[in-house]
Amino acid sequence: MVEVIQIQVNGEKRGCRAGATVGDLLRELAIKTERVAVELNLEIMDRKDFDHRSLKQGDRVEILSFIGGGAPMDMQGRGRGLVHAE
Amino acid sequence: MQNDRLIIAGREFTSRLFVGTGKYKDFVETQKAIEASGADVVTVAVRRVNITDRSKENLLDYIDPKKYTILPNTAGCYTVEDALRYARLARAAGVSDLIKLEVLGDERTLFPDTAGLIEAARILVKEGFIVLPYTNDDPIVAQKLVDIGCPAVMPLAAPIGSGLGIRNPYNLKIIMEMIKVPIVVDAGVGTASDASLAMELGADAVLMNTAIAGAQDPIVMAEAMKYAVYAGRLAYKAGRIPRKLYATASSPIEGML
Repeated sequence: MVEVIQIQVNGEKRGCRAGATVGDLLRELAIKTERVAVELNLEIMDRKDFDHRSLKQGDRVEILSFIGGGAPMDMQGRGRGLVHAE
Repeated sequence: MQNDRLIIAGREFTSRLFVGTGKYKDFVETQKAIEASGADVVTVAVRRVNITDRSKENLLDYIDPKKYTILPNTAGCYTVEDALRYARLARAAGVSDLIKLEVLGDERTLFPDTAGLIEAARILVKEGFIVLPYTNDDPIVAQKLVDIGCPAVMPLAAPIGSGLGIRNPYNLKIIMEMIKVPIVVDAGVGTASDASLAMELGADAVLMNTAIAGAQDPIVMAEAMKYAVYAGRLAYKAGRIPRKLYATASSPIEGML
């Protein structure tokens, strides 16, 4: 049986196969790795580590990309803000 | 006017109009408006990827980074820490080292927190970012940003999205005269004449989003802004006549009956 761990992706809890890498997660989510930034437990990852870093129980992953914007007013109600370390 | 190129940090731009990509109906409208504006520099924000609805397309599928200079911003950041985080994420997303740095001080006015801005700019310049700071129309702060190593300064004309136009032309003029790097008037433009006025004052470029995206017809307004910025630039280069209280006849008196 596949062991499942709990992680958090963009603020939402998610189950994940133990031993899966960040790259596996991105593929599972159908996210192209070009032009995305990944923050793992508040540390920005180098994209060449995506396929090497295995996810661990409780990991917090933030996946970001570019959206339309010019002025901060544009962002209201559109997923503003990341989860902050307390 | 040939060879009137804008150069910021060694990058050359033909258009002096920079545009944002927020508030459009959809990506197709965004793309058409940007094309109509003739802009080379396009600002974008950094946000979470929607992981629940992956059908959402990517903005950069519509705004080709090979064709445009993508300028990520730190819009929505109210602390130095947040602005640094978003700037680093923007760079990690792999488009460029450029960052439009915003550190906001207040939600109602969206005025910059200039103390925070200077602090964040100093750190990001040290990290090798090309920092284009969104700042107040304060010449002293503008000079400090240049001293830190910002290759351009972007003072506001009026509050973001307000459409009030150039509220303080005299301060902007002082900034333009004092500061030796390009000045991009950023935020507050409402219509074409505001953009022309900014350029006539001597701005090197104008950055806008809402004035185009919020217009009844954004694509037509984008085109209007292209000409407005160009006309304002030409008028500045041409040198306007001085203002006089009384008339000066333009037809000769000589030869009259």
